[in-house]
Amino acid sequence: MPLTEIVFYLFGGILILAALSVVTVRNPVFAALFLVLAFFSAACIWLLLEAEFLAIVLVLVYVGAVMVLFLFVVMMLDINVAPLKEGFMRYLPVGVLVALAMAVQMFLVFWTRGSADQPMPDPRPEGYSHTRELGEALFIDYLYPFEIAAVILLVAIIAAITLTHRRRPDTKYQDPAKQVQVRREERVRLVKMKSEGGES
Amino acid sequence: MTLAELQLALPEIFVLSMACVVLMADLFISDQRRGLTHLLACATLVFAIIITLNLRVAPGEVFFAFSETFIRDRFGDVLKLFSYLVLLAVFVYSKHYLRQFNLFKGEFYSLSLFALLGVMIMISASSMLTLYLGLELLSLSTYALVALNRNSMIGSEAAMKYFILGSLASGILLYGMSLIYGATGTLELAAISEGLTMAAGESLLVSFGLVFIVVGIAFKLGAVPFHMWIPDVYHGAPLAITLFIGSLPKLAGLALAIRMLDNGLGGLHGDWQGMLLVLAGLSLVLGNFAAIAQTNIKRMLAYSTIAHMGFMMLGILAGTPEGYAAAMFYAIVYSIMAAGAFAMVILLSRAGVEAENLDDFKGLARRSPWFAFMMLMIMFSLAGVPVFVGFFAKWQVIAAVLQAGFVWMAVLAVLTAVVGAFYYIRVVKLMYFDEPESDEPITAPVDFRAVLTVNGLAMLGLGLFSGALITLCVNAFAA
Repeated sequence: MPLTEIVFYLFGGILILAALSVVTVRNPVFAALFLVLAFFSAACIWLLLEAEFLAIVLVLVYVGAVMVLFLFVVMMLDINVAPLKEGFMRYLPVGVLVALAMAVQMFLVFWTRGSADQPMPDPRPEGYSHTRELGEALFIDYLYPFEIAAVILLVAIIAAITLTHRRRPDTKYQDPAKQVQVRREERVRLVKMKSEGGES
Repeated sequence: MTLAELQLALPEIFVLSMACVVLMADLFISDQRRGLTHLLACATLVFAIIITLNLRVAPGEVFFAFSETFIRDRFGDVLKLFSYLVLLAVFVYSKHYLRQFNLFKGEFYSLSLFALLGVMIMISASSMLTLYLGLELLSLSTYALVALNRNSMIGSEAAMKYFILGSLASGILLYGMSLIYGATGTLELAAISEGLTMAAGESLLVSFGLVFIVVGIAFKLGAVPFHMWIPDVYHGAPLAITLFIGSLPKLAGLALAIRMLDNGLGGLHGDWQGMLLVLAGLSLVLGNFAAIAQTNIKRMLAYSTIAHMGFMMLGILAGTPEGYAAAMFYAIVYSIMAAGAFAMVILLSRAGVEAENLDDFKGLARRSPWFAFMMLMIMFSLAGVPVFVGFFAKWQVIAAVLQAGFVWMAVLAVLTAVVGAFYYIRVVKLMYFDEPESDEPITAPVDFRAVLTVNGLAMLGLGLFSGALITLCVNAFAA
């Protein structure tokens, strides 16, 4: 067995195991960590397919940003998973049906296209870079649409903030500048009282 | 990318940079000084006018940039110039309203400038991708603007409807574009045009794509039967925003239709002509008849928009350079008329109460003879009374339709225009022959009154000298 196949089955196996664990483990933090493992294994398989840019992006964006955010949410919200799993038996028939339909679809695709006789694509020449190709497409051929898309995202941010951000007059907030400037006279009041003639 | 390419897109780059500057500067401007944001936004438009005028291209000249995704031609330059002018008027009119209704925020200006950028991108699009992205930029900004007044229930409802129907329309349009891309294998409008004529004989893919695209455009223009959102959005949005969506996006709609249908799908003219005939006919009939039943002037003007878009489509469906020029003339004239009409409604509004009922116009001639006269000219122009510019706009498109050989359509257009004249002239009757319900004096800042006066007189001035504007439009399509 050539080395590439060993590597493929190794990472493929880890990927499937990790993906199964995501839905079976009880602790949501473990589930999120297993998802990270699944993403990482998928990235390794992509690397095997010479799609290095996708692999890097998967690790950087999904593992580095999305999953970390996920973990934060899971840890902060302290979700109780038990009630979520209650309806498992009830939804099982529908789930099996969907899974079966997907299996049949996949089978039909492989059956009509044939999987074994697909020719392997030619390996890319030495020094070929996907990152460069993508960069050229994005920043040379499609520079103008790319910039417009960036502006659309900016508008979405402005719109979201405009529509949700409001300063309510009744919210209580601290103003450190005012706190520092406070003077003794404003807070402490000396009250002169007549003594009430001791204990007697 | 070269310096020459950047220079071609200088107006877009300038407006984008200034929109960001306005956005940032506003954060450091206190509420009392908000007028500075207004001035900055107006200055942006003035400089944009200067830049576009200085770099204008001669009729017939065409430049491409950014790997053929950007086109600079006479049509685009003229349309952009009028976009700046219309938005400048909108800014001056809205300041008065926003102040009174406590909506005077910097976001209004930055979002409007981004919307203008979207309009400019659509006007200068030479690829389906840029056309769609420009449309989305414009739409996203306007959705947010409609919802600007968060305390108004009807405003939020209008924004929601606008957002959902707008996204649906964008989806339909995008689906059509993807089918055309599938059939021709290119996103560039010029290449699509070539690819379609070479293919000869229609494939199912192309016809499906064409139908989806026409429906998407009709949605955006608000043509019957895709007009449902227009009355609710016009009614629900704050008046200043209604003024905005009633004027500027009409120019964008024209650009979308001409770039897509002529530049891209010009070879299929015979196919989309029939669809536009139905859309235009229905819009003319429903728009004009439904407007009669309205007592709310915002809704009345909304239905009148539908009818006017029907008129504009008459010019496009002719499919000749004269027809396109007529449609362009119509769109420009309509956006100026609509801006003036909504500005009059703003003028009558008092702190916290929009003068949105027709009855608010009662006896205006006695309260303010001058502005009643301005409204009279705007209404006569909308109705298409001779001498006023609206008449020449209608005349041009009807001539184009006659040339294309649709006599029945021209007759229908004239008949519905006569029906439409009823509700426009009803406003004039209310102003001149009815007793005023209140004798509150009409007050407005000096800049507001000046621009409104120019806007009203333009109805007459452009009418008397309509030849110049028509030549400008005809030159835009000179080969």
